Amino acid sequence: MSTSLRNNTAVALAVAAFVLLLGGLALAFYWVPDAPLEGFRQRIFYIHVPVALTAYACFGWAAWKALRLLSTRDQRYDLESYTAVHMGVIFGILTLVTGSIWARTSWGVWWSWGERQLVLFLVLFLFYSAYFMLRYSVEPGPRRASMSAVYALFGVVLIPVSFLAIRLAEGLIHPVVFDRDIGSNLAGSQLLTFAVCLAGTLALAGALYANELTGKRIDARLSELREALE
Amino acid sequence: MTSAERYVTAAYLVVLGVLLAYLVIYAFKLSRLEREVGELAELARRRKEGPA
Repeated sequence: MSTSLRNNTAVALAVAAFVLLLGGLALAFYWVPDAPLEGFRQRIFYIHVPVALTAYACFGWAAWKALRLLSTRDQRYDLESYTAVHMGVIFGILTLVTGSIWARTSWGVWWSWGERQLVLFLVLFLFYSAYFMLRYSVEPGPRRASMSAVYALFGVVLIPVSFLAIRLAEGLIHPVVFDRDIGSNLAGSQLLTFAVCLAGTLALAGALYANELTGKRIDARLSELREALE
Repeated sequence: MTSAERYVTAAYLVVLGVLLAYLVIYAFKLSRLEREVGELAELARRRKEGPA
């Protein structure tokens, strides 16, 4: 992809993110009625769940780029995979914090170690946080790229485990919205608001990813230039 | 403001705060890159002028 096309994509994604998130916020606060059981606090759902799904998407994207690196040996995928992990960790922090706030208002506690969904997401987050330690403990080059790619690829296994944990377990307090009864769990207005917020969060992640990747590429090229000049 | 309203506001503000923090960090990174480009341009200029 050419630099100008990449920059145009980043701008388009940023504009889309701004419009969709602003729209989603307006729908969540002024259009969607209070949920029967959760009441007003259910509105955290429109930020917490899209942010969590975006974190999964970023980690999935990082694994895909890692797979491309391992199959083609093309080093540009290393930076792309690394940037996706970086974005995933940022959205992971947001997931943990917004989830914790929701837990406090819903269950009366900031965290519950008995909840597999929470603990598995924390494990996934810590796993990808450790990616940076691994990456910066090895000298830059093809070896570091391969090691980072294998690590990013291993981590993706935790995503379906984390996602399905709540569905496979019984007697937990973490709510399950996306199951076979989605029609009765979410009203049409709630589903539409959620879709707008999810699209906005994904567009935001895309815009941040494109900008961060450009920054990292400039950084790498400046290092090459410095080595050539000095 | 009810307790639920406070928590919902806090959740949305946290997201905004993290994004703003990211923006600040990115601004620092951009200024570092700008400084490095300036240094390299200076280095390139000195090499061009170098000992004849």
